[in-house]
Amino acid sequence: MTLAVHLEKRLPSGFALDVSFVAEGGVTILFGASGSGKTTILRCVAGLARPDAGRVAIGDRTLFAGDAGVDVPVPSRRIGYVFQQLALFPHLTVAQNIGYGLDGLSRAERQTRVAEAADSFRISNLLDRRPRQISGGEQQRTALARALVTSPDALLLDEPLSALDYAIQLHIMDDLRRWNAERRIPILYVTHSHREAFALGERLIALEHGRMLASGSPHEVLDHPAQATLAELAGFENVFGATVIARRERAGTMQCVLTGTSTEIEVPAGTAAEGAAIRVAIRAGDILLADREPVGLSARNVLRGTVLDCGLHGSTVVATIDADARFVVHLTPGGAETLGLRPGARIWLIIKTYSCRVAR
Amino acid sequence: MDWQALWLTARLAALVSAILLVISLPLAHWMVFSRRRWTFLVEAVVSLPLVLPPTVLGFYLLMAMGTRSPLGRLWSDWTGHPLAFTFEGLVVASLFYSLPFAVQPVATAFSQIDPALREASATLGASRLRTFLRVVLPLSIEGVIAGAVLSFAHTVGEFGVVLMVGGNLPGVTRTVSIAVYDHVQALEYREATITALFMLAFAFGVLLAVYGLRRRPLAAGPLA
Repeated sequence: MTLAVHLEKRLPSGFALDVSFVAEGGVTILFGASGSGKTTILRCVAGLARPDAGRVAIGDRTLFAGDAGVDVPVPSRRIGYVFQQLALFPHLTVAQNIGYGLDGLSRAERQTRVAEAADSFRISNLLDRRPRQISGGEQQRTALARALVTSPDALLLDEPLSALDYAIQLHIMDDLRRWNAERRIPILYVTHSHREAFALGERLIALEHGRMLASGSPHEVLDHPAQATLAELAGFENVFGATVIARRERAGTMQCVLTGTSTEIEVPAGTAAEGAAIRVAIRAGDILLADREPVGLSARNVLRGTVLDCGLHGSTVVATIDADARFVVHLTPGGAETLGLRPGARIWLIIKTYSCRVAR
Repeated sequence: MDWQALWLTARLAALVSAILLVISLPLAHWMVFSRRRWTFLVEAVVSLPLVLPPTVLGFYLLMAMGTRSPLGRLWSDWTGHPLAFTFEGLVVASLFYSLPFAVQPVATAFSQIDPALREASATLGASRLRTFLRVVLPLSIEGVIAGAVLSFAHTVGEFGVVLMVGGNLPGVTRTVSIAVYDHVQALEYREATITALFMLAFAFGVLLAVYGLRRRPLAAGPLA
């Protein structure tokens, strides 16, 4: 099954959506900051919002065609939708919620299908509860089961897991993948979290201001972000403005100075000419720290700085270091202990040239 | 105690609130969920009886029911007698008079339903009617009950419109509130006191029921 989407829509706010893509069976991530048009795309595909022009088709069924005047009503589209707030019916039990879309079936068949779906998403023990009486993860599983029990031709997920624990997210997505392994329906998954995008998506479409910025595998798009806005979204905690001061064509590198500082670093050579303004993105986890000046290293960028702040976030120590420019560094609690990391401490930063991504 | 007037009033109010329930569900649904630009116009018309003096409303209804108006003539051609000063006339007048009391609690309850719930219902293949019956109505049942109770109580308490449209015909149009007025006019203060006290207790009981219902958390998990 293939979901073909071409959408044009203008909102009174001035926001203009113009996207065109094809989603095959499997998980396609729609990735972008809030206001990039991700949810509007889902709403147009489901028929909850009406595009000004374009075409939406699933398999050989046309759901919307602006020029031909086709606009299949929402109940007939057979597109599953899991809302950001889940929208479980509060007055119905988990079983009644899951069975809601199975109206046309006999009571016995409905019970069988509900039991199967509940089993797939591990909520068989909760069937008599109401949504208020179960946890966030269980509500999520109920919403997925409710959407999928009707065997939709495609599934749309609007940041449904963003409020959940990362481990629970992965667990739920594993169950969803298992469910979809044979069926291979297209699943559009909206998120602004790069972690979710890496963990969940087979393909990724990056959006900004209603337009498609890039598409490909999550690693292709997010590990080598071509735009600074994408770099920040893709989890590059350090994004600096910089100016190219020298190109070393033979080495395949270029030297640049970070804007507003005297800090120079070496980055992979891009297409930027000497004197050009670029952006340099570095993941916080790609920076090494040393408590004395390191010698005999292959890494080209060694900077001296002072620890401004450090603290434990989950299982990661997040340190802010002033090396003229301000860097965010992630390390393990063990690593931080070995270094004796504390505010005010002298520290050296070690950054490989190829850990620096150059973006426009 | 004027049992005849009491029975008449009860019949009138029960009939009116039942009809209003049937009218107000689709009307409130349209007012809340359709995004037409002129919805506000209908809202204003529905609420008009709240601010209009009952005698003014009664006056217009009386004119509309008269044999010189097309509506009144249609009715008398059809039934053989005019609408004014009959029980049916009283029912019609009360429908207008009590309409906002039925529609507004229902509309308020509808508007508090998360739009995503109706959308979720649609994506699961449910028609508008099924969405209404399985999601909207159960989630706004308190507002619907409040609308029915309030329109019943308000019809029981009407006076000005009844006087204008129904007059004071025992067993036909003489309601309890008219009876109280009559007793006072005739200086029958004992009867007036008993009837008035009864009405006071009734009105208070109704409001207790409505407000009590609204605060009470439902046993089977509170509704959104």
